[in-house]
Amino acid sequence: MISSVLESSVADCHPANAPDYTPVAQLRRLQLERLQAVVARAWQRVELFRSRMDERGLTPQSVRSLEDIGKLPYTVKSDLRDTYPFGLFASPMKDVVRLHVSSGTTGKPIVVAYTKEDVDVWTSVMVRCLAGCGLHQGDIVQVAYGYGLFTGGLGAHYGAEALGATVVPTSGGNADRQIMLMKDFGVTAICCTPTYFLHLIDRAAELGVELKELPLRAGVFGAEPWTDSMRRHIESMSSIEAFDIYGLSEIIGPGVGCECRRHQGLHIFEDHFYPEIVDPATGTLLADGSEGELVLTTLSKQAMPMIRYRTRDITSILPGRCECGRTLRRIDRIGRRSDDMLIIRGVNVFPSQVEAALLQIEGTLPHYQIVLTREHGLDEMEVQVEVTPQMFTDKIGALQGLHDRLQSALDHVLGIRVRVALVEANTIERSQGKAKRVIDRRTL
Amino acid sequence: MKIHQISLFVENKPGHIAAPARLLAQEGIDIRALYLADTQQYGILRMIVSDWEKAAQTLEAHGFVVKVTEVLAILVIDRPGGLADVLGALDGSGINIEYMYAFSDVRGDQAILIFRFADPDAAIARMQTAGINLLASEELLKK
Repeated sequence: MISSVLESSVADCHPANAPDYTPVAQLRRLQLERLQAVVARAWQRVELFRSRMDERGLTPQSVRSLEDIGKLPYTVKSDLRDTYPFGLFASPMKDVVRLHVSSGTTGKPIVVAYTKEDVDVWTSVMVRCLAGCGLHQGDIVQVAYGYGLFTGGLGAHYGAEALGATVVPTSGGNADRQIMLMKDFGVTAICCTPTYFLHLIDRAAELGVELKELPLRAGVFGAEPWTDSMRRHIESMSSIEAFDIYGLSEIIGPGVGCECRRHQGLHIFEDHFYPEIVDPATGTLLADGSEGELVLTTLSKQAMPMIRYRTRDITSILPGRCECGRTLRRIDRIGRRSDDMLIIRGVNVFPSQVEAALLQIEGTLPHYQIVLTREHGLDEMEVQVEVTPQMFTDKIGALQGLHDRLQSALDHVLGIRVRVALVEANTIERSQGKAKRVIDRRTL
Repeated sequence: MKIHQISLFVENKPGHIAAPARLLAQEGIDIRALYLADTQQYGILRMIVSDWEKAAQTLEAHGFVVKVTEVLAILVIDRPGGLADVLGALDGSGINIEYMYAFSDVRGDQAILIFRFADPDAAIARMQTAGINLLASEELLKK
């Protein structure tokens, strides 16, 4: 029997979400059992992992508690490249039912493999994501992630179908057709990248389609970092509730974690993925609440177990329990990656911090560029900001005031002194519509 | 009474004033008055030109950030006390000068003062009461 008070959380209590509420002690026991099994599997079947364990004098028996995970060697993205294509597989090819490929920015791509059981786990976590977003049988879900080698499309597809929803597999591209089908089919939820949805918003306006009048009520957005201001924009331009979903091919694809309707961080499906936060520079384990690099271990993966995989995504594990009642820990929304990190005079600086400071002052983001130089052995960081028509005034004092406000916002956010230079409009080089954000002229 | 002045943001680097000057020359636009307010790093180039709309359009089309502001031009006799007389008219009025610059007129013994006031309408009224000669833009641009 469901009282009216609980009615709002009925969707949260979809049967598929039952594992989300496992009592913590029971969850930790399950995690330890699965960790021991996956370490044993990788040690027996993956040469690279075994040799790294040997170097450290470790065997699967070294893992007696969950804390012992800290002793295990990390796995990094280059390990996947170096062993391309099948070097990290822990299952014979006859048991592998699917291969996905993630495009590398340099050199070889990386390959990930799934057994039947792995696909089932992936599907189950995607079901839990979508059910947690309040979707259920009867929803019409448009999957506008790319289908193919990329995990996004098929991952969302299997999940939505297993949830019992009607799936419209539009894949990416052709915005006009996306909008037409969305309208004609009465689509109620969409899965795509947040920037693609922004594009659909713009295109719908051009086509005279009022998104707010459509039945569309939920958007599950992932595969790239996005901000709360994007969320507000999306939600104000359509009548959807926007959810952040997290995943990466190396671990499983989309469905590693997802927001619930409280929107206070992303629950990690801890029964399958074990999260840690480490200092990206030193690899030291950090406490809950501290920001660092997310490290994930697949607890149940068969074909390609990942032990302590360095995701390069920067976040923190949010302390405390979510109001939704799930026992699963949450990570903060991911705004940046450790790859973007700059070290200036020993201080870690992210371009996204510069962006946040500039937004604070102007309300809109001007074109900017970070130029790093080394003068007399010291790193110097200059933030060049293009003067936009909105910023420009013909009074030198007002311009100086703007300069000072930018200076103090940047100093405050970054914690180091940087130079601010106002530069003429359209002078920062743009490549394919995107400005190159960082120019590093430092030489050792 | 109000004159349109165009202002440009320029970096304080060699060659950065030449580019806009060249663009105006190509369009046959005459620069009647010019003033550069500068800091170590950048400056604001303020100009009164023969065709401000065309000048602003041309410069914007070439990626410059242009601001058009209304200023007042005052004709004074080029003699000791000329400026003091004009400023005297503002005394006690609370009218604030945001900035000003001056140039001598080619016509002889006269100087032209360019003022940007926070409240140009109040300034116009005050000047007219004091019998001070405000130039219309046709007069200013005439050679």
